[in-house]
Amino acid sequence: MSVVQIEKAESLDWPPARRAEVDEALSHYPNRRSAVLPVMWIAQREWGWLSPAALKLVAKTVGLPEPEVFGIATFYTMFNMQPVGRHHLQVCMTVSCSLMGADRLFRHLEHKLGIGHGETTPDGRFTLRRVECLASCGSGPCMQVNLDYHENLDEAKTDALLEKLK
Amino acid sequence: MSTGPLLFKDIETPGLTGIDVFRSQGGYATVAETLGKKSPADCIDVVKASGLRGRGGAGFPTGLKWSFVPKDSPKARYVVCNADESEPGTFKDRELMTKNPHLLIEGMILAAYAIGSKIGYIYLRGEFDYIQKILDRAIGEARAAGLIGRNVAGSGFDFELYTHLGAGAYICGEETALLSSLEGYRGQPRLKPPFPAVEGLYASPTIVNNVETLMNVPHIVKHGAEWFRQWGTEKSPGTKIFSVSGPVKRPGNYEVPMGLPLSKLIEEHCGGMRDGFKIKAVIPGGSSVPLLPVSLLDTGLDFEAMVAAGTLLGSGGVIVIDDRTCIVDALYNITRFYEHESCGKCTPCREGTYWMTEVFERLENGKGREKDIDLLADVSDNIMGKSFCALGDAAAMPVLGAIKHFRDEFEYHVKHGKCMVNRRMEELSGVPA
Repeated sequence: MSVVQIEKAESLDWPPARRAEVDEALSHYPNRRSAVLPVMWIAQREWGWLSPAALKLVAKTVGLPEPEVFGIATFYTMFNMQPVGRHHLQVCMTVSCSLMGADRLFRHLEHKLGIGHGETTPDGRFTLRRVECLASCGSGPCMQVNLDYHENLDEAKTDALLEKLK
Repeated sequence: MSTGPLLFKDIETPGLTGIDVFRSQGGYATVAETLGKKSPADCIDVVKASGLRGRGGAGFPTGLKWSFVPKDSPKARYVVCNADESEPGTFKDRELMTKNPHLLIEGMILAAYAIGSKIGYIYLRGEFDYIQKILDRAIGEARAAGLIGRNVAGSGFDFELYTHLGAGAYICGEETALLSSLEGYRGQPRLKPPFPAVEGLYASPTIVNNVETLMNVPHIVKHGAEWFRQWGTEKSPGTKIFSVSGPVKRPGNYEVPMGLPLSKLIEEHCGGMRDGFKIKAVIPGGSSVPLLPVSLLDTGLDFEAMVAAGTLLGSGGVIVIDDRTCIVDALYNITRFYEHESCGKCTPCREGTYWMTEVFERLENGKGREKDIDLLADVSDNIMGKSFCALGDAAAMPVLGAIKHFRDEFEYHVKHGKCMVNRRMEELSGVPA
């Protein structure tokens, strides 16, 4: 990962609708720090990823030093530290899904989309990623597309789904 | 369609996620009958007497946990629901919350009343974004009905409840890591003691309970301890939801009385194995527990019987492994998971899971050495009981169990440089790389 220079990032502000969500999140806790994850989620929903400018805004909003906010964001796997495609395909590779054919499904997706783990198609439509257990073990193989679950997948079902994701 | 004696009894009722249908089935009646009418100590006593044990994995007695909250503390107290469900093989809380969110809210109100808490949080794993919406809607309905907020059900007791979304970290299912995450720090575990009941969220008395545990509470408070004990064994009373995965005919969640033989769950409830598959081994309690070979499949699904068989009931994530799956390959997958999820705080877990993964990679790639099997056992032994939290044990236990029961497969890997059997690789061979 390239060096992230949050302090040099442009300044960004919350659009009014997001500002209301931020205020609501802050009201749930006795201190501002506790709202750091909800506020990061709001930023990711708005901008699609946590850019240095977005992290700078999160830091300002919850009153934490910028490096600490960067450290928190990178601890969790669901925050995108790089831009992702419109449809973020996150395929579960953990044991139960693997027993049901997750590896085959992942290879099929790699072949079909021409991209590997962590890569995005040139048209910005898909990002493909291996992820760990999604609590969908009885209905594997499974993937989340952005935050939506798609379960009991096979190649045909996956191909039909990809068609629909424009 | 899920069915069961208690939590799954009416779970398929159409419209159950709405407060009106929930109430028409007796939902929230216990709140009105309890708050201000029974003492908080009575609530703790009935849960204690019921013998309810934590359904998240550790099986700690719930009433006892509640009784550890100091009665004279001037600090705020918190009730936190652990809805981080991230143990591989486990997917029961997801179904419970999706289909019956109000029962969780009712359980949290009663738990809060028992320990005198005015604020509760439901910590959901980040992938459960859609469940957060279901719960927020249900909390909104409960608030409009006077069951959340000031003066709950006219009792004079105040209780606020919020959902909180994690963002992808297995470690946040560990209760102290969950609290760190909820406070806005990296989700890393803290030293115990002090236990959360004494110093938890914001260094205040806090109880952390699993979703399924809290959903049992309204039933216990309503019907009493003896009623609850009609199911299960003396030391593991009640029912338990088991999530069954792997190549069985009907994978899914099954609520059964504790103590039911594991073989019955698989043969009768799940319809046995899919055609062409035989059972080789079963991981009975989520990927962090040692597997059971076929010879031990009649072990009862309760905390004591599982310990006697050399494993743990854990979270009830039953992973069925078939005869054409390589144990070394399956354990490589599990070990890689723990390496990925190790939070990096302590050396035995951070380094140990890394080195175990390296050794597994060697075995998988046909470069295993004779001493690698003992090396795996040795590294596991150096993680077990020497890590900061239970994640280290979770990584080490399955490896030790696999070597104990399936040493021949490890030896085959070393000798022949490949798996004894591996349908996963066979399936992959037909797909262009």
